[in-house]
Amino acid sequence: MSKHSGPPGQPDQPQPGERDAWLSVAARKNRRRRVVLADPRGRGRVLRTIIELEEQTSVGEKLIRDLIRQQLRAAFLLGGGTLTLLALLPLVFYLVPALGDVELAGVRLPWLLLGVLPFPLCYGAGYAYRRLAESHEHDFVSSVDR
Amino acid sequence: MIQNLWSLGLVVVVAAITFLLGYVGSRRANTTPDFLVARRAIPATRNAAAISGEYLSAASFLGVAGLVLKDGIDALWYPIGFTAGYLALMLFVAAPLRRSGAYTLPDFAEARLGSTNLRRFCTFFVICIGVLYLVPQLQSAGLTLNTITGLPAWLGGVVVTVIVVVNVLGGGMRAITLVQAFQYWGKLFAIAAPTFVLFAVFLAGPGNGAQEVDDAGVLRFHKEVSVTTTEQVRVRVEVPMELKAVGQVNGGHANGEVYWGTGTYTVGKGTELWFEKGSPVPVVEDAPTDNAHWLKPQTGGLGGLFETYSLIFATFLGTMGLPHVLVRFYTNPDGKAARRTALHVLYLLGLFYIFPTVLGVISRQYLPHLLVTGQTDAAVLLLPSTMQPNVLGQVLGAIVAAGAFAAFLSTSSGLVVSVAGVVSTDILPGKVRDFRWATVLTGAVAIGLALVLPRSDASLTVAMSFALAASTFCPLLVLGIWWRGLTWMGAIAGLVVGGGLVIGSQVVTVVSSYTGDWAPSVFSMPALITVPVAFLTMVAISKLTSRQRPDDVSRILLRFHAPDPLGFMRDRDVQRFGTAEEKARLADGTRRDPPQPWS
Repeated sequence: MSKHSGPPGQPDQPQPGERDAWLSVAARKNRRRRVVLADPRGRGRVLRTIIELEEQTSVGEKLIRDLIRQQLRAAFLLGGGTLTLLALLPLVFYLVPALGDVELAGVRLPWLLLGVLPFPLCYGAGYAYRRLAESHEHDFVSSVDR
Repeated sequence: MIQNLWSLGLVVVVAAITFLLGYVGSRRANTTPDFLVARRAIPATRNAAAISGEYLSAASFLGVAGLVLKDGIDALWYPIGFTAGYLALMLFVAAPLRRSGAYTLPDFAEARLGSTNLRRFCTFFVICIGVLYLVPQLQSAGLTLNTITGLPAWLGGVVVTVIVVVNVLGGGMRAITLVQAFQYWGKLFAIAAPTFVLFAVFLAGPGNGAQEVDDAGVLRFHKEVSVTTTEQVRVRVEVPMELKAVGQVNGGHANGEVYWGTGTYTVGKGTELWFEKGSPVPVVEDAPTDNAHWLKPQTGGLGGLFETYSLIFATFLGTMGLPHVLVRFYTNPDGKAARRTALHVLYLLGLFYIFPTVLGVISRQYLPHLLVTGQTDAAVLLLPSTMQPNVLGQVLGAIVAAGAFAAFLSTSSGLVVSVAGVVSTDILPGKVRDFRWATVLTGAVAIGLALVLPRSDASLTVAMSFALAASTFCPLLVLGIWWRGLTWMGAIAGLVVGGGLVIGSQVVTVVSSYTGDWAPSVFSMPALITVPVAFLTMVAISKLTSRQRPDDVSRILLRFHAPDPLGFMRDRDVQRFGTAEEKARLADGTRRDPPQPWS
């Protein structure tokens, strides 16, 4: 675990006061601090961008807006695609009743389509999203960490 | 009788292991964060097993097979929806919600929109959904105990409530995480083992007790059967038949041979019916009466299509709004772990749901008399001893009963913890003692309602709480996480309209079930209408009140979406909860090595 403690005031994070306005006074004092002792990347430079993000300069604002848009697009493409595909099945079955008589390896096709297929499909979409989302986040961190 | 002993024995073993694991977990759980979020140090795979263990409720373990037995292929949308709901949760909610650092849904709403009014509305709906979900669990526990031992139905619900409340009192979230992880694997075994054995028996040929289907696809009893109804049912007869009935039929007394022509019959509670060998099977109303309709999808016309889509809306979008599911995600260390946990859950659920489907299909061949009483939830419990009336069947039956019991225990534990968490922090001052009081209170209310309300299929009742969650918290979460424009007034309007419509239609359904079933299916499956209405209301009112937009919306969205290594995530609840000493202990904890992750 990389969570160790350090003396208060270590400049690895922005000052607590601004960020935690919603906390009570007592809570702000006692907040747990995350200090990474040996990080290959230069934390000092990252810090500057983080403060930029914090203070919503136009650069920081644009960065985070782009990230949100990227993540949302990935989620919509994968989730929307999978869910629409599944949600089309009842309509297809309704419009083409003959599908109910098709047999595949002794089992009727609709039973295979509904009983087996959706589960690997959902997992596959989830897996793809995890890869995408994590690579977006990785890109974001490296763009911050110039 | 021997079967009862086997089953009772295994049920006691499950209860004992639950207590034991709870005790082991609770020895280390002594701070409020332990109680509420298990110190956020649970590995993703175990957390996923715990989430799945908690999620696979009576509706999944008994209800899916029962509905497949009754409704056929269209019932497969239940397991699909229960799984795909997790996909939606993972894509749109998991990581940002975890990074928001809120512990409960009201916490999230307040952190995002800064309104205590909104918080109160959220609290109300969390309690509604939680209790609505808890009631069928306890009722199914009663059914299970009644089926395997003949003990009165109320006792099962009371036993489950007591075990859950005592366990939660002991160790809170920390204790039940281990319990639930264990129970996922327990449930998987309990449903997989009988499925493999019974499926092999089934393939080996239509052996003992397989039901006959004639050329017209009409279900017929394979031997003389006597059926006793446990509550009033309406059955449909397609092929005229003769039978012996003692009790109430169509409001009048029946005693002896009767002739039933085509039509529907109302059979009173406690009526005994004798069917000859080869007699057609009367089927409860609204279920397909012959195998052709049972086998083929979407034979119910436009009404059936509407119901299917409504179910899809409710389950796909409702999962993300279930309080007991969300609370589990806060036990992840960060947003990335939350996403990985959700992915692992998808895999575990997909693995599980193959089995109840197979059992449901097989039980159509062996348990036609359940179609008369409508107690199809008992199919999984009765199938092993019906197919294998020997020691093997008894052992398998006992394993299934124990698995069902594990399902009630884990889901109820999760629900009680999440509802009690909300009650203790929003209504009571939020210390460990209040959490304990809230636990007792939640358990008492739930068991009271379970005893008072009429029992229906577990999956149907559960689908109602999914509809409520999809029409209230789904828009709040999705819009709150992805859209800057949401305001607290818009959120309240959406919650009230969406939740109000669902609760209203539920009331109409209950009233109509007492006064002759006049309500169309729009009222029992409202999600297809209520979810879009809730979304639209939330967006429209937010646009109208765009001045109320919180000033710090950019900062909040930054916290939700910034990758974890940047360190914007804040755990809000740890500071919110707890006494002065606990806070001091927490602060103290930062000055030495972090406590060993509990594993």
